[in-house]
Amino acid sequence: MKNQKAITKDQVKHLAKLANLKLTDKELEKLLPQFTSVVDFVSKVQSLNTKNIPETSQVTGLENIFREDLIDKNRMFTQDEALSNAKKTYKGYFEVDAIFEE
Amino acid sequence: MLIDKSLTELASGLINKEFSSEEIVKECFDKIEKINSKLNAFTTVLDKDEVIKKAREKDNKRTENNNSLYGLPFIIKDSYNTRGFPTTVASNVLKNYISPYDATVYSRILNAGAILIAKTNMDAWGHGASSENNDYGPVRNPWDTSRVAGGSSGGNAAAISSRMTTFGIGEDTGGSIRNPSSWCNITGLKVTYGRTSRYGCVPYVSSFDTMGPMAKSAEDCALILQTMAGQDPLDATSSPKAVPDYSKNLQNRISGLVLGMPKECYAKGLDPEIKSSIEKAAEQFQQLGVKIKEISIPLLDYGVAVYYLIGTSETSSNLARYDAVRYGQDRSNFTKETIRRIMLGTYALSAGYYDAYYRKAQKGRTLFIKEYNKALSECDAILMPVEPMVATKIGELINDPIQNMLADIYTCQTPTGLPSLALPCGFNQSGMPIGMQLIGKMFTEEKLLNIGHQYQQMTDWHKRKPPLIEK
Repeated sequence: MKNQKAITKDQVKHLAKLANLKLTDKELEKLLPQFTSVVDFVSKVQSLNTKNIPETSQVTGLENIFREDLIDKNRMFTQDEALSNAKKTYKGYFEVDAIFEE
Repeated sequence: MLIDKSLTELASGLINKEFSSEEIVKECFDKIEKINSKLNAFTTVLDKDEVIKKAREKDNKRTENNNSLYGLPFIIKDSYNTRGFPTTVASNVLKNYISPYDATVYSRILNAGAILIAKTNMDAWGHGASSENNDYGPVRNPWDTSRVAGGSSGGNAAAISSRMTTFGIGEDTGGSIRNPSSWCNITGLKVTYGRTSRYGCVPYVSSFDTMGPMAKSAEDCALILQTMAGQDPLDATSSPKAVPDYSKNLQNRISGLVLGMPKECYAKGLDPEIKSSIEKAAEQFQQLGVKIKEISIPLLDYGVAVYYLIGTSETSSNLARYDAVRYGQDRSNFTKETIRRIMLGTYALSAGYYDAYYRKAQKGRTLFIKEYNKALSECDAILMPVEPMVATKIGELINDPIQNMLADIYTCQTPTGLPSLALPCGFNQSGMPIGMQLIGKMFTEEKLLNIGHQYQQMTDWHKRKPPLIEK
């Protein structure tokens, strides 16, 4: 795309952080040219004439689909079921990394 | 071979006790044991003895009032949650994850009495058109094992084509049912968005994802869709529209219908052998009294970019939940292709780029809907290729991100929500299958299946089997 600023390695690094992906320097370097070519490719949309064209985010035409706020016990997991795939549990809870320092 | 029969023939054979579910199931396992090591179609194959036991139970409990799918073995893409079995989406991120609940479509098929035999290999998270982007190895094409089966529902297509199952349940976001169907010579239906419930299927692009049948014929797809379709309170985007009887009008004559052929689809970039196969099919449609009309989809070339921007944006958001806290492995397990897609989506949604990419693509989506509506106002269905080329060699698409995207050129109209039936229409000189698709107006699956069935009454492409399985 003309007049488009080249994407930098720092930018890709920042994106990886936003996406919660830990990429090594080597991985970032490999990703950069691929990422740039993919962005170039999709930049094609910018030449579409979309003046006065509204956005579409869904095609069902359905709006305000509600249900009664009732508990359906058939759909509830037991505590064991809910924890069955967790790698770390503690006394019936999910164990997560601490977010505060000691 | 029993599995060569249509689902209707199998159902009536079972009711009349000409053969049993047990025999059909054993035939499937026989094929799986003989062929699957060459194809790699599955992520999980269920325990044979357990499945045979289940088949015997079905045989003992059979009544004349059973659903047509009762006692029939099936396979399902590994993106569907299936209680008590692994659901991996072919990614190590979900390695060792055992589903604690069932996807709606899966439970509907189970309640009809069908028997799960395996979960199928795919592109991880649906990210691909070749079933190479995964942690389970590529799915190989039964017509030439040095080629890919297509994707992302590649395992389904390879297994159905080589008769390892009677039918399969797939999922289509940007061609994921139609692409492997056409590359493996089977029939697959991408339904209207909202026709089937998405509940319990691992999402790729939530506003495009559709759950659909894959089988040997349009007639079989009609029967499967009948059980799959309908509103689900657990998926607020599923449609309240009544579900028609999809098999009822299959026999209707199609003379007088108009099929539109977009001139842009038959221009540059299309393999000449695919072009001539579809032109031949158009002539056969004319023999059935169908009118062929040239139409135009001027924006065709923009389709991939629009699809891709919205798709990666939604998938970057959907995949943000995989943090390994409640289930799964950490995010270092995503494949390179998936990382590229997460990164592009994150870019398109990030401050400063949102307007230029995501919002622009959502406007482009509106233009596409208008364009397809206009095209479909001039015809009953659009006749198009599924893929610009036949199945590619292993490694060709996965190592070239741009080619990988362009493989979706004819199937990426999914932002419109329109339904499309992919079906076999010939072979190239080297014996690789060629597919075509019929795109219809919203909720016209019935008509597409009728047209497809009529075509399959006068042709036998869909009955041909890969030489591999005869050996």
